[in-house]
Amino acid sequence: MLVSTKWLADYISIKGLDPAELAEKITRSGIEVDAIIDRSQGMKNVVVGYVLECKKHPEADKLNICQVDVGEEVTQIICGAENIAANQKVIVARPGAVLSGGIKIKKAKLRGEESNGMICSLQEIGIEGKLVPKAYADGIYVLPSETQTGADALEILGLHDTVLELGLTPNRADAMSMLGVAYEVGAILSEDMKYPEISYNSSTEVAENVLKLRVEDLDANPMYVAKVVKNIKIGESPLWLQQRLMAAGVRPHNNVVDVTNYVLMEYGQPLHAFDYDRLQTGEIVVRTARQGEKITTLDNQQRELQAHHLVITNGQEAVAIAGVMGGANTEVHEGTTTIVIESAYFKPASVRQTSKDHNLRSDASSRFEKSVDPNRVIAAAERAAQLISELAGGEVLQGSVMVDELDKSQKEVIVSPDFINNRLGMKISFEEMTSILSRLKFEYEAANGLLYIKAPTRRQDIQIEEDIIEEIARIYGYDEIPMTLPEGETTPGGLTPYQAQRRIVRNYLEGAGLLQAITYSLTSKELAQAFALETAPITELLMPMSEERSILRQSLVPHLLEAATYNLARKAESVALFETGSVFLGETSEGLLHEEEHVAAVITGKWLDHSWQGERKTVDFFVLKGIIEGLFLKLGLDKLTSFEQAQVDGLHPGRTAKIFLADKPIGIIGQLHPTDQKKRDLKETYVMELNLAKLLTFSLEPLLYKAVPRFPSITRDIALVVERAKPAAELEKVIRGAGGKLLKDVRVFDLYEGEKMEQGQKSVAFSLTYEDPQRTLTDEEVVKTHSKVLKALEIEGNAQLRG
Amino acid sequence: MELQLQQLKEEAISKIQAASTVKELQEVRVAYLGKKGPITDLLKGMGKLPAEERPKMGTLVNVIREEVTAFLDERSILLEEVAIQQQLENESIDVTLPGRPVKTGNGHPLTRVVEEIEDLFISMGYEVAEGPEVEKDYYNFEALNLPKGHPARDMQDSFYISEDILLRTHTSPVQARTMEAKGGEPIKIICPGKVYRRDNDDATHSHQFTQIEGLVIGENIRMSDLKGTLSVFAKKMFGDDREIRLRPSFFPFTEPSVEMDISCFKCGGSGCNVCKKTGWLEILGAGMVHPNVLEMAGYDSKRLSGFAFGMGPERIAMLKYGVEDIRHFYTNDVRFVSQFHRTEV
Repeated sequence: MLVSTKWLADYISIKGLDPAELAEKITRSGIEVDAIIDRSQGMKNVVVGYVLECKKHPEADKLNICQVDVGEEVTQIICGAENIAANQKVIVARPGAVLSGGIKIKKAKLRGEESNGMICSLQEIGIEGKLVPKAYADGIYVLPSETQTGADALEILGLHDTVLELGLTPNRADAMSMLGVAYEVGAILSEDMKYPEISYNSSTEVAENVLKLRVEDLDANPMYVAKVVKNIKIGESPLWLQQRLMAAGVRPHNNVVDVTNYVLMEYGQPLHAFDYDRLQTGEIVVRTARQGEKITTLDNQQRELQAHHLVITNGQEAVAIAGVMGGANTEVHEGTTTIVIESAYFKPASVRQTSKDHNLRSDASSRFEKSVDPNRVIAAAERAAQLISELAGGEVLQGSVMVDELDKSQKEVIVSPDFINNRLGMKISFEEMTSILSRLKFEYEAANGLLYIKAPTRRQDIQIEEDIIEEIARIYGYDEIPMTLPEGETTPGGLTPYQAQRRIVRNYLEGAGLLQAITYSLTSKELAQAFALETAPITELLMPMSEERSILRQSLVPHLLEAATYNLARKAESVALFETGSVFLGETSEGLLHEEEHVAAVITGKWLDHSWQGERKTVDFFVLKGIIEGLFLKLGLDKLTSFEQAQVDGLHPGRTAKIFLADKPIGIIGQLHPTDQKKRDLKETYVMELNLAKLLTFSLEPLLYKAVPRFPSITRDIALVVERAKPAAELEKVIRGAGGKLLKDVRVFDLYEGEKMEQGQKSVAFSLTYEDPQRTLTDEEVVKTHSKVLKALEIEGNAQLRG
Repeated sequence: MELQLQQLKEEAISKIQAASTVKELQEVRVAYLGKKGPITDLLKGMGKLPAEERPKMGTLVNVIREEVTAFLDERSILLEEVAIQQQLENESIDVTLPGRPVKTGNGHPLTRVVEEIEDLFISMGYEVAEGPEVEKDYYNFEALNLPKGHPARDMQDSFYISEDILLRTHTSPVQARTMEAKGGEPIKIICPGKVYRRDNDDATHSHQFTQIEGLVIGENIRMSDLKGTLSVFAKKMFGDDREIRLRPSFFPFTEPSVEMDISCFKCGGSGCNVCKKTGWLEILGAGMVHPNVLEMAGYDSKRLSGFAFGMGPERIAMLKYGVEDIRHFYTNDVRFVSQFHRTEV
């Protein structure tokens, strides 16, 4: 809502406050002023000129040489506008003038002819092109002939004005009008306001005799008022009216349309004017549309209606979409002589739905959908009739044609002053409270220690006690509220074990060298299920913004890979990212989705670069595996997890493992398939994803200390020759099985697959540690167990000791 | 014999002094004092001397031996010192060469902001509550006093999956769910999480972003408690000299509703480019829980009251770290994320 402070002064005195001070007061007490707009924009030296003579420039077809009376002198100005002509009053920027955007005007010579200034369009003096009346949209602006030559043109055009741009919240529909804003300012400043005086002479002819009205859907349209004005002459509106509309952000059209828009801005009541003759039937019927019925609206769009849309008809066909936009078939035009002014109350939900269905939001619909003031429907119609009779020379027919079933009563709110103070934590006196209610023009009665309050119908947001609390507090001033902390029992607060563990996971991964990423949950069909640990039917948005963000992800890996590609394309030497986030795995019985928190990582490029001491390492499978193993250790799951060679779409078939927790699948790790790497412009890249929720909810035995060994341990190293495909983990399992209680630890310390081995074989070396917590082991015991191990390896493990 | 001894001594001393390494010195020691050395020979030859001369000569040999030993020891200490000096010199390194890098990562700036806020409220007795990102229309809107067709639904255009299921547009459904679960009991929670709105991504909008909300419900919770709590938050988060101000606003789920500004932490309130010359920065929305919201979750709104507040970690991070484009948070450019390595307490 754009509020011209000059216009506002018609209704309320702002006590000499400057606009910035006023804006601050309005903002602090309820409605945010988003911008303070100085319409003069620092312009100066712009006057009204009278074009005495206008002839073609001898050297340039498109230029005219004008002799212009600017009051203090007659001067020559060259003008290129097509609509320039002698005997026009025009806007002249004199040499030395400053225009909108800081443009300075100087004397100049154009093709040999002197030009002392510039004849201006409205755009050149800072009015937005979309607000300039169509007749002047492509040329200079022509002022009314009675305008005084030499006068300050900015003054004449009302540009010495400051406009406040209000950012209205949906509850404050009452401030979508100049009168509403005046009430608000009046309450803040404790000033009374003036209403426009409405009086006009009506003709002897009775409106009801020329217009019939029938409302079929009284629920959607409980009140409809029509006035008929005859013998009008369509023309330009007077300058003051055009100025005010432009200040309010409305483009002037003609006197009738301008008046309806003016009253809309003044009262907040949308009006519509129909051409009576084009209506043809002398009848208005308000009804729901027929499914598929068509109407061409004022913006020349043909629109198809649905059965729940409310339309205004002439008894035969639709002439307007109720509360949203008028129809082209009954539009007021240059030759219009008789009009019907419509002022109505349309049910907010109905207008809202209709405007949404047609994707058509107008100044009218935005007010109807938040409810207009039931008590201004008639007043606005009368105000429009008055202005049209004044400005278009019309004859207003007697009375109105009206259907009125609208409940215009005010809702009573009962509240105790103590309740107000208790909720605020304040001690506002009863007198202060009632004084604020008076300033707001709320009616109240005090009885039995309670306040019985009736807010005016323009304030339909006042429904409950808490609304009154807010009204009292905001006018009293939020700065006056003291600062306290909640009383009563103190609670310990804290993270749940799950949340605390999740932080540990993140901190561990950061410590291990990974950066935390946050990627989008929405993805494309192509990526939705890629690399997923588990897939479920995909979940698609009803109305996505793009195909790329249309489906909820089932794996975190695809977007992490995108981030890796992004970084490599920007010359990153290495990328190591992890993310914790939800994946979405199909519907639950409740209709929600199975949301599961996962953790994933991607690494590529250099891992260690310490070249001057000869240490260098690029990432490989075991770098990432080591990080995962460390994580399991941190979570106490190291003994419960295992890795098994596996195949996963998109990953290298020989370098991929599934990860198990207590023999149940919990994650994957692997190298991105070389084909995929190439496609994504990546070098050797490894990814992993784990089901974080399962990791963090796995229940473990409490941590208990084990005695620190007091007796020495004995180590035996063995090198085994096995088939190349034999996993080391299987050999380890055999060793552990045979080693029994005395075997404390088994570690791989060497792997050889080189040319000294027979084709298809490899050598794996293990280091075995034997220990007995109770005593020192004898050589004999160790030899006995160790040979058991070797035997088992030979028989179960198919492994030979390497000679 | 005495003369021979004196000569021997002088010869030994001069060799001791000539020795320049510990090894050379050791050779001298062996040469003169060793089992095959001249002094040992002399002692062995004592038997040939007359008995009365033996004690005298024995004493003399011992004295000379001690003298030579003393010289040897003294020289040895010196030479060892020299040797250590030499070793130190040889072992000296260029300490300005780079160390072996330890790979360290760091958290995302949004996580950093969220955890900072979580910890602050945890210290004030709040629990952290979370909920699903895909929500029922009921929890996202209806339970929050936003019935179907409510004009305020316009403020947040949403991603629907079906007529009743959508990606949550704010973290407030967690409040509704917590209230329902607590069945009328007091509540003190903070709810962080991802939220989604149908916005085109640009410098100031993101279809996915983060929110963190707080909710306190109890007996006699007052608007002054909200103001006091927010003031503590503002000071801890943005500095002890921060002031706050509340401005009236509108949210369907609170009444009264406010927006909170803090005095600009860059200029202190005198006006700068961060606060756009106003001296104030808008940080969060808040209010007293709307009685409809309480009643819908089974709370007696006459007996219990509450306050709620909500803010955007993106905005806070943008203000705090001077980030100009919200898209940085979701591009995952390592040059961006790694700037948040440093810890701050």
